[in-house]
Amino acid sequence: MILIDDSSAVNTIVPSNLITKLKILGLNTSLFNVFSVLPSEVDMSSPLMYGTPSSRVEGTPRSGVGGTPARQRPDLGSIRKAPQVDLHSEPPSADGAVASEQALGQKLVIWGTDVNVGTCKEKFQRFLQRFIDPTSNEDENAGLDLNEPLYMQKLEEISVVGEPVLNVNCSHVQSFDADLYRQLISYPQEVIPTFDMAVNELFFERFPDSILEHQIQVRPYNALKTRNMRSLNPEDIDQMITISGMVIRTSQLIPEMQEAFFQCQVCAFSTCVEVDRGRIAEPAVCRNCNTTHSLALIHNRSAFSDKQMIKVQESPDDMPAGQTPHTTIVYAHNDLVDKVQPGDRINITGIYRAVPMRENPRQSNVKSVYKTHIDVIHFRKTDEKRLHGLDEDSDQKLFTEERVQILKELASKPDVYDRLSSALAPSIYEHEDIKKGILLQLFGGTRKDFSQTGRGNFRAEVNILLCGDPGTSKSQLLQYVFNLVPRGQYTSGKGSSAVGLTAYVMKDPETKQLVLQTGALVLSDNGICCIDEFDKMSDSTRSVLHEVMEQQTLSIAKAGIICQLNARTSVLAAANPVESQWNPKKTTIENIQLPHTLLSRFDLIFLMLDPQDEAYDRRLAHHLVALYYQSEEQIEEEFLDMAVLKDYIAYARTYINPRLNEEASQALIEAYVDMRKIGSGRGMVSAYPRQLESLIRLAEAHAKVRFSDKVETIDVEEAKRLHREALKQSATDPRTGFVDISIITTGMSATARKRKEEVAQALKKMIQSKGKTPAMKYQQLFDDLRGQSEAAITKDMFEEALRALADEDYLTVTGKTVRLL
Amino acid sequence: MRMWFVCRFCCPAAQSNSNPEWEAKVLEYFKGQLREKESHSWVPSLNDVPLHYLKPNSLVKFRCLVQDMFDPEFYMGVYETVDPSTKANVLRCGKYKDVTECGVDLNSRNTVTAERQTFYCVPIPGESPWAKEISFLSARVVPSTSYVPSRQKRSYEEDDDDMDTQPQKQREPHTVMMGGGGEHPHGNGDSKRQETEAPSSQTTAPSDCSSHLDLNFPLPGERGPACLVKVYEGLDSFKLNDTLEIYGILSVNPVLTVIVYPHRDPSLLLLNPTESMETPEEQRAHDPPASLVPRLHMLYARPLQHNNPLLPSAPTEDQSAFVSSFLVEMASVRAELLAYLTHVLLGDGLAAEYLLLHLISNVYTRRDVLPLGKFTLNLSGCPLNSYTERLYQIVQQLVPCSYRLSMSLHTMNSMRLVPKKDYVANRLVSGALQLARNTSLFLDETQLEQGQLDSSGVRNITALGNLISWQKVDYDFSYHQMEFPCNINVLVTSEGRSLLPSDCQVPLQPQVTPPNMEEYLTTIHMAQFTSQINKFRVYLSLARTLDYSISDEVTKAVEDDFVDMRKDDPQSVTAEDLHRMLVVARLLSLSLGQTTLSRDGWMRAKHIDMLRRSRTEQQKSLNGNEP
Repeated sequence: MILIDDSSAVNTIVPSNLITKLKILGLNTSLFNVFSVLPSEVDMSSPLMYGTPSSRVEGTPRSGVGGTPARQRPDLGSIRKAPQVDLHSEPPSADGAVASEQALGQKLVIWGTDVNVGTCKEKFQRFLQRFIDPTSNEDENAGLDLNEPLYMQKLEEISVVGEPVLNVNCSHVQSFDADLYRQLISYPQEVIPTFDMAVNELFFERFPDSILEHQIQVRPYNALKTRNMRSLNPEDIDQMITISGMVIRTSQLIPEMQEAFFQCQVCAFSTCVEVDRGRIAEPAVCRNCNTTHSLALIHNRSAFSDKQMIKVQESPDDMPAGQTPHTTIVYAHNDLVDKVQPGDRINITGIYRAVPMRENPRQSNVKSVYKTHIDVIHFRKTDEKRLHGLDEDSDQKLFTEERVQILKELASKPDVYDRLSSALAPSIYEHEDIKKGILLQLFGGTRKDFSQTGRGNFRAEVNILLCGDPGTSKSQLLQYVFNLVPRGQYTSGKGSSAVGLTAYVMKDPETKQLVLQTGALVLSDNGICCIDEFDKMSDSTRSVLHEVMEQQTLSIAKAGIICQLNARTSVLAAANPVESQWNPKKTTIENIQLPHTLLSRFDLIFLMLDPQDEAYDRRLAHHLVALYYQSEEQIEEEFLDMAVLKDYIAYARTYINPRLNEEASQALIEAYVDMRKIGSGRGMVSAYPRQLESLIRLAEAHAKVRFSDKVETIDVEEAKRLHREALKQSATDPRTGFVDISIITTGMSATARKRKEEVAQALKKMIQSKGKTPAMKYQQLFDDLRGQSEAAITKDMFEEALRALADEDYLTVTGKTVRLL
Repeated sequence: MRMWFVCRFCCPAAQSNSNPEWEAKVLEYFKGQLREKESHSWVPSLNDVPLHYLKPNSLVKFRCLVQDMFDPEFYMGVYETVDPSTKANVLRCGKYKDVTECGVDLNSRNTVTAERQTFYCVPIPGESPWAKEISFLSARVVPSTSYVPSRQKRSYEEDDDDMDTQPQKQREPHTVMMGGGGEHPHGNGDSKRQETEAPSSQTTAPSDCSSHLDLNFPLPGERGPACLVKVYEGLDSFKLNDTLEIYGILSVNPVLTVIVYPHRDPSLLLLNPTESMETPEEQRAHDPPASLVPRLHMLYARPLQHNNPLLPSAPTEDQSAFVSSFLVEMASVRAELLAYLTHVLLGDGLAAEYLLLHLISNVYTRRDVLPLGKFTLNLSGCPLNSYTERLYQIVQQLVPCSYRLSMSLHTMNSMRLVPKKDYVANRLVSGALQLARNTSLFLDETQLEQGQLDSSGVRNITALGNLISWQKVDYDFSYHQMEFPCNINVLVTSEGRSLLPSDCQVPLQPQVTPPNMEEYLTTIHMAQFTSQINKFRVYLSLARTLDYSISDEVTKAVEDDFVDMRKDDPQSVTAEDLHRMLVVARLLSLSLGQTTLSRDGWMRAKHIDMLRRSRTEQQKSLNGNEP
């Protein structure tokens, strides 16, 4: 461990080898306010240098455009030494003859394009100096003054940090100068070097004293040309494109020769040859001594650049159903090498290239196929933003005007809530309240951030548990939800382990690196995790859900990796009763045998039972028969509904953030107080703050359904109703018939608790009555108690009573004997 | 043969004038020609004719399943080259071709880049031998005209002939009894050659190549040619696992074979980074030797509704006439088939009825996630000792596509059922569940013994469960899974109740106990005339394609019935039971050729379901008494 005192480091020259060391350690050397000096720049005779930085900068040739070495940009390919041609001198031009002398300079364009270097440079400099985006909400721009020219601030940042890369958002360029944007997209190979020139001139004019490792490189991103790998076509060749996808493979580093160094074996004359279109033309004759075939390649003195092949597969969301995903080969160069790992979801901006298959000199026939790849200019990890807590759906899902109009129209209908809930899983009959609950779950509450006050995020996701008889289409409902939401995961409790749910560390077979593989819960961040057969899950697996379902994070400490991942997922679980059939004489807890700590984390617990009533049967039969012979058109209609529903949910989740208004908060308070009152009459707690939070979430979700920015009283009413319905089903004490929230919060009803105490007391009394016996037989005691008590006492009850007494430190149980203390 | 000339002259003529309309015209022409009656039978099929009999660059057809879709590729649609005879620059067309002619001027401004996609196609997995045979015999092409067999090949064949006499004899009766189909005088001899050729090419291939080439067939032990199909038009209309009949131009240019050097010169790699971006595995998968995996440039593809060669394949007037003529016979054929199946199922008429319904079941639509029309049958109480195997052979004789998966512990643990993406070779490695629609999957649970399933075994069982419940298979793309809907008839035979879910369980109650099971079944099987079997085959394929509806009146009756049934005992009939009974009613009506549900049909469905249930309950109580 190296401890460096910041204050002492300021204004001190840190030896260059230390800086490299620090870099290796991942520390940012810019913190030290000193100039990082590359090892190659260091005077070999004195590894340590003394003096103040300013004195060193003065007079060194390192500052200014001329001083900073330009770095080759293999991402743009060999910069074609394309001649600039004068448009007007070309024969087809009509007014070529009248071109005046001074106009000539401006009409000069790069061959094959309409790019004029001078104008292009000027335009881009103007863009850098003037572009202001007051509405920017990108996380890169955090901490920048939005009312100042954005990119000038970024240049300033470069001068401080010393990382000579300027990322430029293409949509900014487009809004500033559409023509410049068009040129950038169509001729990136020519325009980007021009941009480089422009930005370096500007930078060294502003910050003449800055020293950079190499000249600033412009990296445009977010070109709107292409979004989807599938839509790439021959027209995109040599253009700048942006596609999204997932990295599936990365190659090892490939050193690519940029400049070959040849030396004559006869006269030791040396010459350099640059790479031209991926090839090096070996000079056949030595220019000095005219010997043929005497030149040999000297590897050590040739220049190489780093290159990496990356395979990208289109993301599953972009794919049409029934087809396999496409893959594309991507080349990363220089510092972009090793920036991405397999499994990362990334947006790539780059130049699309097609290379003819290499001609075999011995064959006159060649395959008429091109190899295509993308030279990367800019990577952007799409899931990286999650770390900043931003909703990434916002820029992924774009809605057309008409679509928004349709959705808004739907939202303005008074019965939108019922409409949507009936559109949900139409093949499943009735269970209206359950569908409504799931609908609210799909919308979710409003995300609130209390991290300022130290409480962290409040859970906005609604968790739902369905329990009931087998064969009541619980799984079908889960499958439906899983298919509906873009970020859904479906697991079965039987088949998943804690590892599969959370995350595991895996050694990548290729790179030998430890890689964190995420499981279902993390993958469904911002989505819904459907867990079937919840009751079959092992205890250890279930225990990981505790954290996820309240804190919405997942802590991992495995194989040296300690981290906390976001898992803001809603859980939709289904559980079967232990005794295959639901026993109405037992409480929910007893029926499904789940720990109450977990159950209390569900906002809504529904029972799916067979209602056994004639009218219901008739409707059910009608529904099922209709299901089997409905015509194609009707089915088509419903499919439309599903698409609309999907968009509706996505839109509401992204754009609607309802807040409580005064009346609604009043109503919520009343509702909570009422709930507490019910219990206080019977001397028990009937509501906890958790229930209040659930109510708030549900009310917010209902407001989202209405596309309303305010949570109003009707939302609270519906939330109350749904919550009550769910409670009525799941928290009714079968012994008394009352709704008793403590069944869910503490695992047993108040009456049951009372009974337990009674049994314990009876047992204690019995033991005391026996006089001074230090040890008793377990079975003997049980039989005695059974004989004494009028009510039937089960073994479970007996054991519970023993445990209760053990807790009082009255006795201990060891094996089959009971000892008094 | 007319077609070959058409093909050869059409393309160069069109190239000379670079009119883009010609492409559309070519397609129109071919589609028009192929629409003509019986014209498609003039085109030789890759399924029937060994590759080396076919002329390169001729029109061929291929009946196949799209096993994998490779990435789109860009090719030179038009390129400029120097004509060797005239020394003039000419434009050539690169469409429908793999290889360019002469030297290509890569910097020419006239080059047009176009896009195409490659599909990896395999013969329909599990295609029954009878289907192959009949479709082969109905072809009217004399493939041998284009081929002079070499001396060496001949000797191979003779060797194989001697070894293969046994299966040849078994096949003999059918071919003879085919009668109507065997119009071709050379039919018999050619069939011999075709059958023996495939294995010989398979066995010689590995000895030729140092590395064994995996043709990636979904089912183990499959044979036949795999094909790389280049698709030019309508890329979005094709889906994975589609069954197609592809008409296209065959290309077997040896240039296509990329020689993979096992120890490539590292300096070569350094200087040619473009070459190194493909791993050897990938090259092997994407550019296999053309002699083993020919290229086919698609002109036109017809999606196949079924692969039963006895039925007219195209939905034309032809077919509707065929259907209506057959509908009359339907009831009688059904009775015969039922009798036959009853014999096969040892005299159990109810089980035979259910088996018949199962064989014509079909997922006709999906409501959100729920597949409708599936009817997975669990035949429990099957006698052991190769009964199930014989049963499968009989099913195989009836359906055009089938596969028997013997669910032994070893196969469940070791076999790959779910296709998996291999990112190193960049291809979808097939699994046994990558099947064409309406394939009969025969799961033989009687082979399962006690023991431990490992993780892959559990995954396989889960995959089978998903297939049965949702009619979908989740393909493994290692970073995520992708769901592919399917339509597979699953029949589970087991001793007790199957561990897999099923729509309906029928315990087999044998009425007869033949002392020698093998002999018994063989005699039943042999007693059927081929013409009779062919009728059954047509019947089964046809019944599943019929439309079906329920009138409002019957709907009402069904509802009333359901309410009544529930009134007595709500536990006795659940929504699930109603689901099943509706499917049974549907299949029962269709099996009789009725396209609407009648009251009688409903009552019958209820009746047989009740019989079945009482039998299961009886079984349950029997088992309950056992210790």
